[in-house]
Amino acid sequence: MTENLLETASERPVEEPLPIEGESKRLTRRQLIIRRFLRNRTAVVGVFTLVALIILALIGPNLINWTYDYVDRRAYLKPPSDRHWLGTTQGGRDMLALTLRGLRKSLLIGLLVAILSTSIAAIVGSFAAYFGGWFERVALWVTDLLLVIPAFLLIAVMTTGGPKGAQAWILLVVLLAAFGWMLSARVVRSLSLSVKEREYVHAAKFMGLSSPLTITRHILPNISSLLIIDATLNVGGAILAETGLSFFGFGVQSPDTSLGTLLGDGARQVNSFPWLFVGPAIAVVLLVLSVNAVGDGLRDALDPTSASGGSAR
Amino acid sequence: MGRYVARRLLNYVILLFIAVSLTYFLAATQLDPRSLYLIVNPPLDPVSIEQSLLQRNLSDNVPLLERYWTWLTDILTSWDWGDSPKGGPVQEEIRRRIPVSLRLIAFGSLLGTIIGVALGAWTATRQYKFSDRTITFGSLFILSVPAFVIASVLQVMATNANNATGVRVFEFVGETGSHGDYFGAGLADRLQHLFLPTLVLTFINAAFFSRIQRNLMLDALGSDFVRTARAKGLPQSRAVMKHALRTSLIPTGTYFAFTVATLFTGATFMEIIFSFHGMGEYGVTTITGQDVHGAVAVAAFAGVCVLGGAILADIMVAILDPRVRLS
Repeated sequence: MTENLLETASERPVEEPLPIEGESKRLTRRQLIIRRFLRNRTAVVGVFTLVALIILALIGPNLINWTYDYVDRRAYLKPPSDRHWLGTTQGGRDMLALTLRGLRKSLLIGLLVAILSTSIAAIVGSFAAYFGGWFERVALWVTDLLLVIPAFLLIAVMTTGGPKGAQAWILLVVLLAAFGWMLSARVVRSLSLSVKEREYVHAAKFMGLSSPLTITRHILPNISSLLIIDATLNVGGAILAETGLSFFGFGVQSPDTSLGTLLGDGARQVNSFPWLFVGPAIAVVLLVLSVNAVGDGLRDALDPTSASGGSAR
Repeated sequence: MGRYVARRLLNYVILLFIAVSLTYFLAATQLDPRSLYLIVNPPLDPVSIEQSLLQRNLSDNVPLLERYWTWLTDILTSWDWGDSPKGGPVQEEIRRRIPVSLRLIAFGSLLGTIIGVALGAWTATRQYKFSDRTITFGSLFILSVPAFVIASVLQVMATNANNATGVRVFEFVGETGSHGDYFGAGLADRLQHLFLPTLVLTFINAAFFSRIQRNLMLDALGSDFVRTARAKGLPQSRAVMKHALRTSLIPTGTYFAFTVATLFTGATFMEIIFSFHGMGEYGVTTITGQDVHGAVAVAAFAGVCVLGGAILADIMVAILDPRVRLS
């Protein structure tokens, strides 16, 4: 039991569990987490779907005959056929190739935004809790300020006036991350507040470890469960936010494409040309649903207070 | 208590002021009202373009701080939020649009919240049963679908239903349409137009709140005071309703206050898809229309809504939670 407590979020490789006579075998924390995660069917299906989608996004474009930016002059706005499995757009581009390209872009945006915003949240939240005083007050105040500003509107303003071209999506990633970390930062702060009073943090401090190192080595690893869950759920949130912005034309710009851009075009003509809509819609729903399912499963598995993990053994 | 509230309020007002000012600087530098005049055919005289821009305090030849000062003093002295680049004052537009948004979101958010809270509380008492798993997955599913995809799919279904029956049961363009002149025809017409957007909003809100309420309820059900209530002889239903549900409603109340306030600008997708000319749609048109003053006004309105939600949430907690009320 003590071993399990000390090992919160350990990076140690799984060892052979020690057999204890008369009892059932002991589980390391990692085995416990995996077991609890596997118990959640939805989450397991989510992992498989997500892996399948990632593979599809990576190698799919090489498996089909069309590239996403190739204009087929013999097929403008054609329904699905043998030649174009998901039909073509108004501009004569293959929908399947576009969907795969969009899937890749949306995945990339989702992952990058999640990593960035969770990192910002972790740093701001833990530093605010650790240092306290005026630093904490300023950090909290900035957090509040960003919560008051309507992020959607501001991102739209900045992408409208910002640079255009093939690299414009990087700005979108930065903006989505910059406006997405505030709520997590508050949670990180409140958790760090309790962790920073633990003996091992005091010990590290009194042994002369510098503050940033104390935070990154002793505080952050101990709230890593929250950070992992937060990052996972942020992936889904970022993909949905990108989709929403692109729907209005504030997101990824043509000729590049994302699932949101495709959906935005498709949703306006869904009654007459449903094939422009169905492919990307299914892709985005599968993607976000699987990410959210994995996030839920991780929460159940990692959070020791969560009741939904079932009994421990 | 009063001094505490006053201090928080002052803090909120300062926050809002800085947020709106930042938005103004951003919008004024990033949006380009001049381009609206430059694309006119036949081309306008540059001098007259400059003059109309100057008149509206939108010329980028005037230093930014000077424009900001003019804009700010106009608001403070005569509550004038400025004009759009080619139209009238923005606050008239906003005054016209607020009731539209309100009508759109009122039913859906209220209904959705009630259904969501009920579902969440119910599924928590039936954890891991079939109904719990179905509803939990259903709400996860709804929250994973972009709002406009749900709306579009419903629209297609409604069109098919209309075509199949030959009667226009479902309406999905605008707030009102042509209707007969029998008694109550206007109201029936409005309700017809409201039905689909309300349905979508109900779905989304119900999904959101059922997830929150389920988690909170599970926490409450596992807590000691519910066990004590059972141990002292209360029947399960009474322990659940009186002790678990009531406690778990407190945080939901704060969420509700926030969502209601932010819905004004959050229903943008519904407004665009169902052609309601409300605040959310205005936010989008101001940006695509390079309307600096309009965009800032919408941002300010949204900020007021968030802060209103925060204050409402504080009050809700004070009402629902005796610990806060008494201290």
